Amino acid sequence: MPHDHSDHPHALLPPDPALRVKALETILTRKGLIDPAALDEIIDTYQNRIGPKNGARVVARAWSDPDFKAALHEDATSVVSDLGFYGRQGEHIVVVENTPSQHNMVVCTLCSCYPWPLLGIPPGWYKSDAYRARAVREPRKVLGEFGVTLPPETSVRVWDSTAEIRYLVLPMRPEGSEGLSEKALATLVTRDSMIGTGLPRSPEGST
Amino acid sequence: MTSAAPEPVFEEAWHAQLFALTVHLNETGRFDWPDWAARFSATLKRHGLERELNGGADYFSAWLETLEALLAESGEAEHLEQEQMRRAWENAYLETPHGEPVHLSE
Repeated sequence: MPHDHSDHPHALLPPDPALRVKALETILTRKGLIDPAALDEIIDTYQNRIGPKNGARVVARAWSDPDFKAALHEDATSVVSDLGFYGRQGEHIVVVENTPSQHNMVVCTLCSCYPWPLLGIPPGWYKSDAYRARAVREPRKVLGEFGVTLPPETSVRVWDSTAEIRYLVLPMRPEGSEGLSEKALATLVTRDSMIGTGLPRSPEGST
Repeated sequence: MTSAAPEPVFEEAWHAQLFALTVHLNETGRFDWPDWAARFSATLKRHGLERELNGGADYFSAWLETLEALLAESGEAEHLEQEQMRRAWENAYLETPHGEPVHLSE
């Protein structure tokens, strides 16, 4: 009999993978291997407290404070953890700076390694086969699809993340942003500009 | 492959649950992250050979498959146990009247 939506005699059956996840949770909880409350806490953290805003603060600070930028190049992991951005997938962070001669772009050809503490959970396209395969092979074309066209004299360097090293792109400070506060600068920094598939917003458009 | 609108962090509730479960098991020392990444990437590679993965639902089904295999291998949740528990949850949903909270019988 086909499932009739006008008549739900029983609770709506979740999709198969959802049931499988519940099964793992129940098994591990009963064995005392996991604490269900800890799972809620992790979800809350990643959904509400960790995201590209963290990375944007780092970038805005680097734009405003040359000493901070120098320290970031020296040892990004400890500098950002001083700001409170540390944890899973943030164990070893390397900052790569865009310049007029070199644009940086980050991929993980292996799976989806990503600087979680700074950018949160990666977007779907970052995890797709298409991006993972093509970012290395034809970066300029991929950038074009993101709406980024670089001058011919700018070379593109692609950084392949691993489970050990995560990259954060430090984009170039947009023109016309002189005199803006760090807070205002942070609003110009997009997630994609820190992956290298985008550029920061220009100050004209954002106010 | 555009990036206009902000995307929800997790598209579906089970993606979030699965993600949190994995992170929690890693935090409590059940496996280390490079080991996880190596296993997960092997699963992705295998799936990717069959078809192009879009990074959405198929990404988390590869994730789930990896975690199930890892837990079966370590003996923390055998495949048979996993299947029995999945079925128990399915039955619980089917037997619970619509609108009431679903619990495992037992």
